[in-house]
Amino acid sequence: MAIRADSREKIERICDSHKGEPSPLMIVLEEIQREFGYIPFEVQEIVAEKLSLPVSDVYGVVTFYNFFSLNPKGKYVIGVCLGTACYVKSSQAVIDKFEEVLAIKTGETSADGLFTIEALRCIGACALAPAVSVNGKVYPMVTPDKVPAIVAEYRKMEEVA
Amino acid sequence: MIEEIKSPAELDSAIETCTEAFERKISGKGGKRAVLVCGGTGCLSNDSEAILKEFERLVEERGLSRSVTVNHVGCFGFCSQGPFVKIYPEDTLYCKVKARDVQDIVEEDLVKGHVVERLLYVDPVTHERVERQDDITFYKRQMRISLHGCSLVNPDFLEEALGYDGFKALKKALTSMTPQEVIDEVLASGLRGRGGAGFPTGRKWQFAADQKSEEKYIVCNGDEGDPGAFMDRSILEGNPFEVIEGMMIAGYAFGAKEGYFYVRAEYPVAVERLRRAIEDMEKVGLLGDNILGTGFSFRAHIREGAGAFVCGEETALLNSIEGKRGMPRPRPPFPAIKGLWGKPTCVNNVETLAQVPYIMRVGAEKYREVGTEGSKGTKVFALGGKVNNVGLVEVPMGTTLRELIYEIGGGIPGGKRFKAIQTGGPSGGCLTEEDLDTPIDYDTLVAKGSMMGSGGAIVMDEDNCTVDVARFYMDFICSESCGKCTPCRIGTKRLYEMLSEIVEGKGTKETLEEMKALASVIHQGSLCALGQTAANPILSTMEKFPEEYLAHVERKECPAHVCKRLIRIEINPELCRKCSLCARNCPVGAITGVPGKEPYHIDQKKCIKCGACVSSCRFKAIARK
Repeated sequence: MAIRADSREKIERICDSHKGEPSPLMIVLEEIQREFGYIPFEVQEIVAEKLSLPVSDVYGVVTFYNFFSLNPKGKYVIGVCLGTACYVKSSQAVIDKFEEVLAIKTGETSADGLFTIEALRCIGACALAPAVSVNGKVYPMVTPDKVPAIVAEYRKMEEVA
Repeated sequence: MIEEIKSPAELDSAIETCTEAFERKISGKGGKRAVLVCGGTGCLSNDSEAILKEFERLVEERGLSRSVTVNHVGCFGFCSQGPFVKIYPEDTLYCKVKARDVQDIVEEDLVKGHVVERLLYVDPVTHERVERQDDITFYKRQMRISLHGCSLVNPDFLEEALGYDGFKALKKALTSMTPQEVIDEVLASGLRGRGGAGFPTGRKWQFAADQKSEEKYIVCNGDEGDPGAFMDRSILEGNPFEVIEGMMIAGYAFGAKEGYFYVRAEYPVAVERLRRAIEDMEKVGLLGDNILGTGFSFRAHIREGAGAFVCGEETALLNSIEGKRGMPRPRPPFPAIKGLWGKPTCVNNVETLAQVPYIMRVGAEKYREVGTEGSKGTKVFALGGKVNNVGLVEVPMGTTLRELIYEIGGGIPGGKRFKAIQTGGPSGGCLTEEDLDTPIDYDTLVAKGSMMGSGGAIVMDEDNCTVDVARFYMDFICSESCGKCTPCRIGTKRLYEMLSEIVEGKGTKETLEEMKALASVIHQGSLCALGQTAANPILSTMEKFPEEYLAHVERKECPAHVCKRLIRIEINPELCRKCSLCARNCPVGAITGVPGKEPYHIDQKKCIKCGACVSSCRFKAIARK
């Protein structure tokens, strides 16, 4: 995969902006993840070169932390909270239902690139359990029967757009 | 606006001005009324941002800008009743407010001065409406030290913090105490680490103070990983200045000039408010060189975690700040000797640092009056699960579980029976009915086979299966094990597989024995607390609920009707009203019958046990068995 010139420039700029800081690797990767949504191997190579690190170190860090992703995520990231408070209120049934409706497994992205299902660990909305967050918007007290409507809401937005 | 605080006298005058302004705001003496809208995590998830905007719009529109101020504040704690709106000086608390209610509050309360009755809290026992926060049972036993200022001050403004006790403790430490006196005071207070293990904070500081080094670091652990605890987040979001102040006092005490906040990347609001607080303090000179002209210099930095539970372990956290994989280091050397970048370092939890300013303000002696013999002060619990009042609760150490669950928590919803409370998260264990009257502190929880942990407290009722919950924690631990130690990496995976066998009806009594043996290997063979405590949720539930495990392995039954492979869903033909609703809700067409004529029936071969029929039936004719 070739990296577009403007993307490369952006990545290099992010690396340069943290020059001189002690151990900037995590900060740099966090900014790249936020900017591009994922950190493929080719990008790791640029980072390694700019920060004078072996690319194995960069790869090691990217694959260690949940926040970093090697693959692009869907346009809508559906996060189902599997924190304890949500779990004891049956959030597993909610995530099962999303898997059924979207015909993908947790961690996967739908073929049309629209949806990714993620399992979240406590988003602090325990009073709203079971909670689902779609791109940051929180749906309170979600039961399996509400799942099709949530998916439909975003499909409809796509049709309109 | 404050421009500069460069000397103790300037701080005094800033505190005086801000305190006056803050009191005027709350007391209404300046002729203004104040509207506070909860901007805590739970309420923000419930659209409290829209409420704030609506207030700002309507106050402007009705020409009330001169007589009403509108602010967002940190967490009120009583999350299940949120979003909250509070009106001062009357101290009226409105609950479960929606954006569409704002119009009523503005027209009735702000314009005419009438309380909007329908938005007041209704006491579930007396059914009376309660106007003031302090009169609500949920708050009566609470004491706010760590949560000081949360739900009262606007976390975006240094002036608000200064107006509500902020930086008095820092001034006292810097101008009237030697570093050793600060350590002695914290030692005398009996403060123990709020992150879980409860190590005495003063001793930690002393170790680092005894090291001769030009460079030392204080690190604030905000990598709140317990999936059910959100107090660190709420404190950072509600009053970031308090935690920075605690960190600076720690830095002064043992000689650190740099501090790092390590906060989960999943907490963007906390990071943002903290960042702004640090910038504002730098601007006026409360952070930087020669603070208050005392010669003490201090800088604070933020590092974001990236979603790894193990980074809550202090040595893994240090590796993560250093830009490495977050794997724990062998101890010794302890971080106090060789920590961040090889320099002496203290890692303190958010809540621990939040207690420090209070200790300095009131003194160790008064602080010690609260709590038990071995555990002083207060602890914040995130009360959740099957309990009526879900939220953040700060109580004196030594409060009993009964008080926590039944008085503050308001008991179990739906008239269900209490089964267990899980404390300490994935490293902790369960407490049951017989432990309800135990005063909770670090030591009693350990004696009962659980631990304090960060303060997650998840209540379970008769509908929860403890085997299933143990499996939930093992799934968590096994995906969060960093992989460094083989017993933890492979052992937790095996434990998860064995628990899966049990909930699927394939387990035997031997499986139980094997799990116990493996648990002991993992405990002995792991470098850090994650591995050492990994099996606790299993061991604790096996000890407290042996009959539930036996039912799964011997009779292949799940008494709580949770484990899908071990249950049947049946329709009672005598209760069935033949309405066909269940059949229409069944996703796999497993239910047949004739509307109005023949009772409905479930084909067990087709049934996937999703329970859609159970929740759809209006006549309680369908049950799990």
